[in-house]
Amino acid sequence: MAEAARKEEKKIIDEGLDVGVQNLTEERIEKVITRVLKGESGARLKAYIETCVHCGLCSEACHYYLSHDKDPQYSPVGKVKQTLWKMLKAKGKVSAEFIKDASEIASTQCNVCKRCAMYCPFGIDIAYMMLTVRRICHLLGVTPLYIQDTAHSHAVTMNQMWVKDDEWIDTLQWQEEEAQAEIPTLRIPLEKEGADIMYSVIGPEPKFQAQLLYQAAVIMDVAGVDWTMPATPGWDNSDMAMYTGDNEIMGRVKRAHFETAARLRVNRIVMGECGHAFRSVYDMGNRWLGWRMPPIPIVHAIDFYYELIKNKKITITEKFKEPVTLHDPCNVIRGGGLAEKARFVINAICEQLIEMHPNREHNYCCCAGGGVINCGPPYKMTRMDGNRIKAEQLFAAKSRGAKILIAPCHNCHSGLEDINHHYGLGYEVKFISDILYDVIEKPS
Amino acid sequence: MLTRIEWDWEPGSREIADISKWQTQFNWVEEPCVSPNGEQVAAIVNLAEGEFNVCVNGKTWETVFDKIWHLRFAPDGRPVAFVSDTGEWTVAVDGRTWTHKFGYVWDMMFSPDGQNIAVAVQQDMAYGMALNDVIWKKTYSNLTNPTLSPDGSSTAATVQVADFGEGEIYKFQKGVFSVALDGQTWDTAFVNVWKSAISADGQKLAAEVRLNLYDYTIAVNGTPWSQTFDCVWEPIFHPQNNAVIAPVRSGGKWLLAQDGQIVWDRNFVQLWHPMVSPDGNTLAAIVAPKYGRWTVAVNGRPWSVTFKDQLSEAVFSPDGKRVAASAKSDGRWTIVADGVVWKNRFDRVWPPIFSPSGETLAAKIERNGRYSIAVNDHIWDQVFDAVWDPVFSPEGDKILLRTLNNDRYVRHVVPVEEILH
Repeated sequence: MAEAARKEEKKIIDEGLDVGVQNLTEERIEKVITRVLKGESGARLKAYIETCVHCGLCSEACHYYLSHDKDPQYSPVGKVKQTLWKMLKAKGKVSAEFIKDASEIASTQCNVCKRCAMYCPFGIDIAYMMLTVRRICHLLGVTPLYIQDTAHSHAVTMNQMWVKDDEWIDTLQWQEEEAQAEIPTLRIPLEKEGADIMYSVIGPEPKFQAQLLYQAAVIMDVAGVDWTMPATPGWDNSDMAMYTGDNEIMGRVKRAHFETAARLRVNRIVMGECGHAFRSVYDMGNRWLGWRMPPIPIVHAIDFYYELIKNKKITITEKFKEPVTLHDPCNVIRGGGLAEKARFVINAICEQLIEMHPNREHNYCCCAGGGVINCGPPYKMTRMDGNRIKAEQLFAAKSRGAKILIAPCHNCHSGLEDINHHYGLGYEVKFISDILYDVIEKPS
Repeated sequence: MLTRIEWDWEPGSREIADISKWQTQFNWVEEPCVSPNGEQVAAIVNLAEGEFNVCVNGKTWETVFDKIWHLRFAPDGRPVAFVSDTGEWTVAVDGRTWTHKFGYVWDMMFSPDGQNIAVAVQQDMAYGMALNDVIWKKTYSNLTNPTLSPDGSSTAATVQVADFGEGEIYKFQKGVFSVALDGQTWDTAFVNVWKSAISADGQKLAAEVRLNLYDYTIAVNGTPWSQTFDCVWEPIFHPQNNAVIAPVRSGGKWLLAQDGQIVWDRNFVQLWHPMVSPDGNTLAAIVAPKYGRWTVAVNGRPWSVTFKDQLSEAVFSPDGKRVAASAKSDGRWTIVADGVVWKNRFDRVWPPIFSPSGETLAAKIERNGRYSIAVNDHIWDQVFDAVWDPVFSPEGDKILLRTLNNDRYVRHVVPVEEILH
């Protein structure tokens, strides 16, 4: 790979990093790095390290690299070089300041979207290596403050947003009541043991996006689905502990989720439009607990909408008229293979889909996922500057007529809202459910 | 309350209620629930906008509420629900509300005899628990993981004992959570406290705690074990000697610990839901002996048969000599008992139930959207729209079945022999 260019000096103040490093000693750093690299990462990391030929072909995959005029420091391999390789080379004897920089790079300059793994001739999963760095930083107590706070929320409440046990149930009943103004017999069935489906969402929905619960309830009701929602913790499928490297809390949160579904004896868990949560329940959280696959089948919203439309459980009265473009979220498209089903759904409910390019599994990341947006306001410009390429991609789709940007993932949705405003793109960003709710036939 | 021996065990079927008639009376009828002895069926019913009641065997409670949820029968046969009247929530037992009203009420728990009813409560954002309409004297700014003692005389929960603001991660990491027994917290606070258990004599409270972001252990009456681990799961008490037993994680593997000491001589990829036999002689747990394979370990020895997807609800027979569980591989459920797998496979199966002698094992099953029961791997030849868990007669020779077909709720008493042949 090319020599690293000099990064611009940045002065980001983050108490999670600044205070965190004050408690470090060289002995502790070495001990933790050794523990993770020798005790936890094992053969997988060794294979990646020994296989990488430093060719740099991963660079062109990374939106940070492309958005920073191909600065090699932002290339995937460059980020590994600045973090993990130095830890390995120094056998864990690195400074506290190095750990702080490594944490910032791994947590805020990589969305662990795995696009680079497709560009690597050997398929090396660089995201895994960045998550390994985050794991080390977690064990050293050097994690960006905002996402650390979110991990604390998960630990206490089993949800992402400090939603208390009663607030969750109360919100569901409030949304049920709201929806009954539209469909008087509609119910959000709580704790219905033996239902076919448990519907699961992420913390922000009851906290400040309650309309999504409303929409889901209407869609379920109209489709005649036998469904339920739990009245206990375990309802939230999200997992920022997965992204801070706090694997123990990740496992605890996922155990609560799966055991809640098991207690309700449902056949399947249908989840809302969230990408990272899919990764957590389908890949990382379940596997940390010892399950090769989820113990209860997980159906992402895209897949569920596909099923409802394909099986004629819902009827589209009139397609959405304004031209839309579709952002393919990494975890459910690259990670979950739902690209064509997403297009089936969009084409079924919208008159015109204008593809952005690249698309499907080659789509550019939103720059919010992987926990980066959860690192909070200090890093907003990291995301904006780091995703100019996304703005260009969106602008190109806009110039071909797209007016609505569909992002079927919460983090993508929020991140693209920021990109949209920062670069003045003029899109309206929607979830699929926003449109689906509008266009389905409902009882008059 | 009639004891199980006093229930009607005369073989035969008896229709208790035709719920289709309720559906013509009310706007809607919610999911029915049935009493343990099968003599009552009840459902939350909607009368009009913002008007709800509970219908038991066709008769409604005297009072109409603006909202009702979580209707359940207590083990003693009393229907209990959360009810709201003019925005205030409380508990209604057999139609009679508790004296105390709350901002919200949830997490209903019963003692095994049904005489004690515990709930979590919130009033003006202050959290506590209530047991039989008696509220904790002290409240807290948050409460999670409520639990009830084995005899139902005490309640406990994780509580927040100090305030911290958004983003105050270091204040959080100093420890602001504890556990309260009947409202009184330990003197010690922890970074996290999760599930707790109360000993059979009510003298001890054990909980899984996190001492800092990395060190986990079990605390008993506020004192952590001297050993720390990479993770722990919830503790249980040995019913006879009050020892505290919990799964612990060390070096990437799970082990079983008792009072801080490792008691099984091997580790597992996963180990949870430990349980002690009723006679106190046997210790079992759900385990993954290798990645992606699930089974039961009895006294540290895993069964040779393993399952891919899931294994849940392991139970001891009343004499403690047998263990059974429901298990799933490739999406198909079955029952496994003492390491022997039933031949039959089901779309779904519910937790297995042993007869009092432990000789017979029954479970609710589902095939092709219809429900029945299976006994000792024999499937009953009748199917229903809905079935509740089977209940054995005290002698174990008959089974009480509670079924629903075409909205008709029927109580059956079936000789076990009839199902086996």
